[in-house]
Amino acid sequence: MTELTLGKALGAGLRQAMRDDEKVVLLGEDIGKLGGVFRITDGLLDEFGASRVIDTPLAESGIVGTAVGLAFRGYRPVVEIQFDGFVYPAFDQIVAQVAKLHYRTQGRVKMPITIRIPWAGGIGAAEHHSESPEAYFVHTAGLRVIAVSNPEDAYRSLRQAIASDDPVIFFEPKRLYHHKGDVDLDAPLADAAPMGLARVARSGTDATLITYGAMVSTALQAAEAAEDEGISLEVIDLRSLSPVDYDTVAASVRRTGRVVVAHEASREAGMAAEVIASITELCFEYLESAPLRVTGHDVPYPPAKLEKYHLPDLDRLLDAVDRVLDRPNSLTGADA
Amino acid sequence: MSPQISPIADTAHDLELAERILTPDGTRLENPQLDAFLTDVDAASMRALHRDMVILRRIDAEGVALQRQGQLGLWAPCQGQEATQIGTARALAPQDYVFPSYRETGVIYARGAEPGDYVRMWRGEEGAGHDPAALRVAPLQIIIGAQTLHAVGYALGIRHEGTDEVAVTYFGDGATSQGDVNEAMIFASSYQAPVVFVCQNNNWAISEPVSVQSQYPIAGRAPGFGIPSLRVDGNDVLACMAAMRWALAHARSGKGPAYLEAVTYRMGPHTTADDPTRYRREDELDEWRRRDPISRLEAHLRAIGELSDDQVAETQAAADVVAREMRAECLGMLTRPPLAVFDGVYAEPHTGLERQRGEYAAYLASFEGEEGR
Repeated sequence: MTELTLGKALGAGLRQAMRDDEKVVLLGEDIGKLGGVFRITDGLLDEFGASRVIDTPLAESGIVGTAVGLAFRGYRPVVEIQFDGFVYPAFDQIVAQVAKLHYRTQGRVKMPITIRIPWAGGIGAAEHHSESPEAYFVHTAGLRVIAVSNPEDAYRSLRQAIASDDPVIFFEPKRLYHHKGDVDLDAPLADAAPMGLARVARSGTDATLITYGAMVSTALQAAEAAEDEGISLEVIDLRSLSPVDYDTVAASVRRTGRVVVAHEASREAGMAAEVIASITELCFEYLESAPLRVTGHDVPYPPAKLEKYHLPDLDRLLDAVDRVLDRPNSLTGADA
Repeated sequence: MSPQISPIADTAHDLELAERILTPDGTRLENPQLDAFLTDVDAASMRALHRDMVILRRIDAEGVALQRQGQLGLWAPCQGQEATQIGTARALAPQDYVFPSYRETGVIYARGAEPGDYVRMWRGEEGAGHDPAALRVAPLQIIIGAQTLHAVGYALGIRHEGTDEVAVTYFGDGATSQGDVNEAMIFASSYQAPVVFVCQNNNWAISEPVSVQSQYPIAGRAPGFGIPSLRVDGNDVLACMAAMRWALAHARSGKGPAYLEAVTYRMGPHTTADDPTRYRREDELDEWRRRDPISRLEAHLRAIGELSDDQVAETQAAADVVAREMRAECLGMLTRPPLAVFDGVYAEPHTGLERQRGEYAAYLASFEGEEGR
């Protein structure tokens, strides 16, 4: 085991993927000499050269469209979108081309493209640097969507995403880039659990708290705080947003009967809505109370000084837990 | 070998500014830039180009007819653009790879399409009408200009591997307004990618004349990206072939991208769903009928005594055979079964989609046996 930050684990994953397969090429803005604005690609230019670590013009549609052409040629491009809020110029290429070419050609053309997106808020950034656009991509047939929450997952699932013959939108929580964890750098990819499985991050019996990305840390803190009050929370890290591992989710909900789904992204037609709808279909007779969402508000991502009022925090999670457990909460008041 | 490219300094949309070898009445002109690229083109080669264009026009007419008869959902006619498509596509080497738009029937014809390939997509049977690997042509692209970036990415791969292939992309005058096309030119130039841009300026983007897209000859934009360009008479098959040979030689020799604007005219509607009488004048069509690409080459070949009535009749008969095969293939196509709607979304199993497929299969199965009651 090696202790690495999440950012370094991603860099190690890229390096290993490039060593394993010469068809893996990287494209993005400032990923060469600079090593990316978050230094994820640090050192890769020196090892693999400018024809595999490609600094691109500042045009996101151009980056993804060029990756499509490389995929036609048999490459496995890994694209870095510099910030979450910069992905929209590439939306057409992702949704209309990357996602559809396999279907359009019935598999004759494969799109093994990984699109890495430094993602979500909590770092006090400028506008367009803190967004959570995952629902757009989950809604798009033909894409797989991964959101990582720790260094070990980051290292493994990035390599799995690159090795996948399907396109993968790969979300990296910016505010965890410097969080450390143990990574087994030598574990063979073939022995790893398949990409797409959820992880029970903490076992519990009273309610299931489902989330992904940086919110997993918040959820684990909430579970610890709840334990002090004698409440046992199960925390599920979805890890894969398309597909969602409903076997793991449903098994938990059938035991606890109570569910909170949380994410930073805004609420309307978001990931939590989809997960709760599916839970309702799969586990209706097991539910003891209405599943709840704890999400960002339906507002544009607010200015940095206001983001703490937007992002779900430990207290908002615990309030929702109180609601699904029919305990006194913000709606009932302390006397209920 | 490479012709000197003179900067385009005017802002007129005058066809006479374009490079030309055959005049509309079939007179062959000397062209100091392009003649060097046609030294091997003899009468037999020109007859072959004529035959290609006649067959393409017949395929196109059959496509329109099949749509009118309810056999195709849509067809995008290329009548009038035969010289551009045949001239450029016949200049390609077998190893080159093409990224076309939806109107490039002549390009897939020249790359060896089977009769059913022309109609499979327009009939709604498949998302792509042909096998990309077999023709070395990407699926016809409907999103305007998106394919130009794909060509550049493909060309980056070629450059990385150091082979002598060229990626080629076709797009229209309307596409030149798209960000993707401009980004493609930037990427191609920055990386000196072996890619050829072929803009078929057919004067119309549905109802919008080219003046809405550009107040300057489109080929004149390319030098601003560091890409040499030529503007050719797109109804002159010899000029199109020669210019494309120049562009391909340029890209193949490691000098980076090249750009062609072929000035032609869309004689038919944008698609079979369009009604051009709402936006363009009949006298403009008459003007372009006089510049027809097929009659121009035919007049030249007859004038030099290299095309007889019998040969023309034989060519027309051969075109009719292709059209019959295309119709037979079209009418004989079998629609895939209902659950095929789920096929090919992903290369690897996706549990969410598999669940939906299972639910729909159960739903369909619930009707089994009902017809007999």
